[in-house]
Amino acid sequence: MTNRTFVLTCLTPLLIFSLAFLAFPLMRLFLASVEGDNGWAVYLDIIRKPRYINTLVLTVLVSLATTFAALAVSTTAGMFLVRNKFRGRNILLSILTLPLAFPGVVIGFLIILLGGRQGLINQITPGHVVFAYSVLGLFLGYLYFSIPRVLLTVMAAAEKLDPALEEAARTLGANPFRVVVDVILPGLMPSLIASGAIAFATAMGAFGTAFTLATNIDVIPMVIYTEFTLSANIAMAAALSIVLGIVTWILLLIARSLSGTTVAAGG
Amino acid sequence: MTLNLTTTAKTFGDGTKALLPTSLKVNTGEIVSLLGPSGCGKTTLLRIIAGLETPDPGGKIWFDSDDVTDLPVERRQVGMVFQSYALFPNMSVRANIGYGLKMKKLPKADIEARVSEVLEMCQLNDYAQRAVTALSGGQRQRVALARAIAPRPRLLLLDEPLSALDAALRETLRDELAILLRKFNITAIFVTHDQNEAMAIADRVAVMSQGEIVQSGTPEELYRKPTSTFVASFVGSAMHLAGEINGSKLQLKGGEVSLPADGTGCEAFVRAENIQINKNGSLSGYVDTVTFLGTHYRVGISGVISEPITSIFSGNKVPKLGEKINLTIEPQSILLLPSKA
Repeated sequence: MTNRTFVLTCLTPLLIFSLAFLAFPLMRLFLASVEGDNGWAVYLDIIRKPRYINTLVLTVLVSLATTFAALAVSTTAGMFLVRNKFRGRNILLSILTLPLAFPGVVIGFLIILLGGRQGLINQITPGHVVFAYSVLGLFLGYLYFSIPRVLLTVMAAAEKLDPALEEAARTLGANPFRVVVDVILPGLMPSLIASGAIAFATAMGAFGTAFTLATNIDVIPMVIYTEFTLSANIAMAAALSIVLGIVTWILLLIARSLSGTTVAAGG
Repeated sequence: MTLNLTTTAKTFGDGTKALLPTSLKVNTGEIVSLLGPSGCGKTTLLRIIAGLETPDPGGKIWFDSDDVTDLPVERRQVGMVFQSYALFPNMSVRANIGYGLKMKKLPKADIEARVSEVLEMCQLNDYAQRAVTALSGGQRQRVALARAIAPRPRLLLLDEPLSALDAALRETLRDELAILLRKFNITAIFVTHDQNEAMAIADRVAVMSQGEIVQSGTPEELYRKPTSTFVASFVGSAMHLAGEINGSKLQLKGGEVSLPADGTGCEAFVRAENIQINKNGSLSGYVDTVTFLGTHYRVGISGVISEPITSIFSGNKVPKLGEKINLTIEPQSILLLPSKA
């Protein structure tokens, strides 16, 4: 066997994988979207009909909000956990990463227990406070499962930050705030972008949580589900899937170009 | 600027006494080296002066007549060169050097002018726009130095500034650093474990051991008149002549030597260059090793004391391995020191 044929042989599994799991289903999905009664106009509908375009915008906004909130919370918590050794640190860390063990439905359920009609907040406050089924509830659910993913990545990066860099900045007259802006955030940036991309993509496609919470509002995964199962509008479901994929992919591509490293979307 | 440190100590959270109560005075324009083996407290002392560590209560640090003990590091106006250089990887050479000036909120034009001046002084002109990650070790060291002195600090602190470099480069940069520091005309303290480095750069060397300054003086003083066995063996590696003292004579395994008349201590030390190979010598031993070092030979000799000793030989008749030789040690070259407490 020559070296060339050996390499080609090794490439076969990749080729099979790419065709069977990526190219073929995606192509089929795309064809399904334009094979409906309206043909290509199905994509025009997404832009024209408020139900679709509004849902798409809401999904992107909630996902972006989740991403930035998760980054803010996890970076602060992660830096603290890396820099401070205290009793119960490992227990706290394992609690913070607990959501990784739950499927989206359970997380949705937890949010209902917190902010639903029989929820904790509603019981202890005098007014009628129910937020589980609003955008806020959805945001909290997404945040809940995004934090551990971001936290673990940020902590790994924070451990590698050279403390001498921060000390150098301080000897040069930088106050603690400048140290964060000039040293810590640039040092963490690749991992912030990588984990932010994961949080964003997960939020864009989250179904379980949305399924339990999004009774009054719509997010794209829910619309795809209802179009497909209830309306049997396969063309629209397929078109929405394609659009969801493209929008997510473009935003990840932007994040990736900002970091300059191979962390987020493939492209 | 004059630095004055009074009874400053540092005990870490786990009870380790990193620094015993220490006083140190550094005069304006003086370059002082803190020399000692690792773990002797020299870096802790430097970090306390910088403000990166808080001293135990009771310690005071004065910059001229200002008590800076409670002043946070960013307001102390010290320049520091770190062992790892700690250059900001996300900034260019120019931005690194200008960082301290930017923190001082100086006008842009002033920053540019000062950065250019410092680049010139440190011969970094050709690298100004480079990323710091694209520099060699020696260039990084100069950028770190340039960054530290650009804001005109009151005091320059250097933590093992040469230890990250390879041996050949270290020697070149040692002399370069000595010249640069004098050009800046700044009060400076630098920490090192390398006595050659300390002697080449510093006006005054403070030798540290186990959390305290054991002796401080010019390199010559430390070498010629060490006051403790530690300084004698750490600076210039004097050898301990373990033997029995009978009046003015010292009885060793390989013979007898005369002691200096004015000595007060009871431990005798001698340096390799003061042990002469001489066929009429009163000591005898056997040649173990002969190492040619260009200008001289280093001869390892056993049998004089229980451990091997080293002699410097620069004559023509090179001793052979295993040969029995006689040695002399001049009484005035013997250092008599008080025994370890």
